[in-house]
Amino acid sequence: MSITPEPETIVGSINQEPLTSSGSAPKQAETVKLSTDRLSFHYGSYQALHDISLSFYANRITALIGPSGCGKSTFLRTLNRISETIRHTRIDGQITLDGEDVLALDVTNLRRRVGMVFQRPNPFPKSIFDNVAYGVRVNGLARGTSVREVVEKSLRRAALWDEVKDKLHESAHALSGGQQQRLCIARALAVDPEVLLLDEPCSALDPIATAKIEDLLFTLKDDCTIVIVTHNMQQAARVADNTGFFLLGKLIEFDQTEVIFKNPAAKETEDYITGRFG
Amino acid sequence: MLQRRRKIVNVVMLSLTGVCTVFIVSVLFIILGYLFWNGARYLTINFFTKLPAPVGEEGGGMANAIVGSGKLLLLATLIGVPFGFLGGVYLAEYGTGIFPSMVRYMTDLLNGVPSIVIGIFAYGVLVAPRHHFSTLAGGMALGVMMVPIALRTTEEFLRGVPQSLREGAMALGASKARTIATVVIPAAIRGILSGMMLDLARVAGETAPLLFTSLGNRFWSPGWDKPTAALPEMIYHYAISPYDDWHRQAWAAGFVLLALVLLVNIVARLVLARTSHAAG
Repeated sequence: MSITPEPETIVGSINQEPLTSSGSAPKQAETVKLSTDRLSFHYGSYQALHDISLSFYANRITALIGPSGCGKSTFLRTLNRISETIRHTRIDGQITLDGEDVLALDVTNLRRRVGMVFQRPNPFPKSIFDNVAYGVRVNGLARGTSVREVVEKSLRRAALWDEVKDKLHESAHALSGGQQQRLCIARALAVDPEVLLLDEPCSALDPIATAKIEDLLFTLKDDCTIVIVTHNMQQAARVADNTGFFLLGKLIEFDQTEVIFKNPAAKETEDYITGRFG
Repeated sequence: MLQRRRKIVNVVMLSLTGVCTVFIVSVLFIILGYLFWNGARYLTINFFTKLPAPVGEEGGGMANAIVGSGKLLLLATLIGVPFGFLGGVYLAEYGTGIFPSMVRYMTDLLNGVPSIVIGIFAYGVLVAPRHHFSTLAGGMALGVMMVPIALRTTEEFLRGVPQSLREGAMALGASKARTIATVVIPAAIRGILSGMMLDLARVAGETAPLLFTSLGNRFWSPGWDKPTAALPEMIYHYAISPYDDWHRQAWAAGFVLLALVLLVNIVARLVLARTSHAAG
């Protein structure tokens, strides 16, 4: 949010459609899980996103990179419509999940299918167990002993089980920041989401905790489609199959991660990843 | 030179704030000590178990006033807490636009209404039309007095719950109402509870509204529809009487009332302290 010049003056020269280097676009055999078509977003009269068209492929990790205030988090927050909780906002365009119109879906059902992990760990002031069980109970997915099973399974998937199995009924606030973030991932996994959105999940964590979460993402992509917003380019290069570069509310370029980092098509992308601005 | 001046100004201001603080705190301690000296000395077991004795007869108590105060505060809680709590939830979570700011303004006005006026209001609604004073009317007056603070504390503590918790719950598929009931309110409940307790302690010492509503009674007051004694009202009547032993009883009642209010305050602060500990 630090720089908000008139978008047109800076990127007026580049194409509306995102660039891709010829022939290296994401493999054709892959299936599209979630996609947006000409998605725009307004905060009041301020337009934060301009005609974003982007596809997320099933069981792939897609990273969204770009400087602060470029709209990557805003974009992520439209995908599960958590953006609607802020007043005076408007989504235009289309979002499609497995061929269904996301904007027409029942929002609680959508959010069960599209989970989200936030920038700062936000465990509820409840026990570890109740945190993980929350989504299961709210959605009426399980009862009694099967809640226990779901909790254990989710904590195992989030690689947290061994660290917390003896203190499931202690407050989640007693955990370290990295553990809290994995707890939030476990909490999101407990409702068995098809897509997992992560909004700079490691920005409040140290490198060891970050490495644990990145390892986790690799194991999770077997069952999930993952979208991760990050301002850490090394992280995008490490974990993502595909990467999209955002600048001033526009999608500048979307391609395989390797292409974005080694041979970007747009000058803005190159300038950003070589550290000339951002 | 400038350095010297700064130091002098600093010393003067620091002493000034220190003196003011000591003065304010010592007023509280003088009141406490005075009440203890004059009140606690005459406190006997009879005070808690016996009815008031006729003038000149030794050994009476204020059991009826203690029970009466308890009943009045119970009624006040039953009125003040639900209205204040639910109103606060509405203002913090659902209120947008002109209506909520009107409600907020009205609430602050109601908070500023002198308690004796609220007493007259309860008199007009529940005493005059029914031609008799009652516990019910007194409880209602105190309950109305509780509403503004109960409402604003609930609102403040709910607003203090971070937005990230609400988003966390809604991102898991919880509806807004469900989020408020299962995440937001539990996160704020200790603060709200302690606010309610302080609110209750505040109205426990109210005398003026009771003079028009529950009136006072030298005997037990069965049920809810008869005049009843209450501690503050007994203090008032005993203190303005010309009898020495009644004065002593008034001091004792004052001490008991203060002790109860202090107790509630301390419990409330303990509850609140545990909240901040859990959040940290």
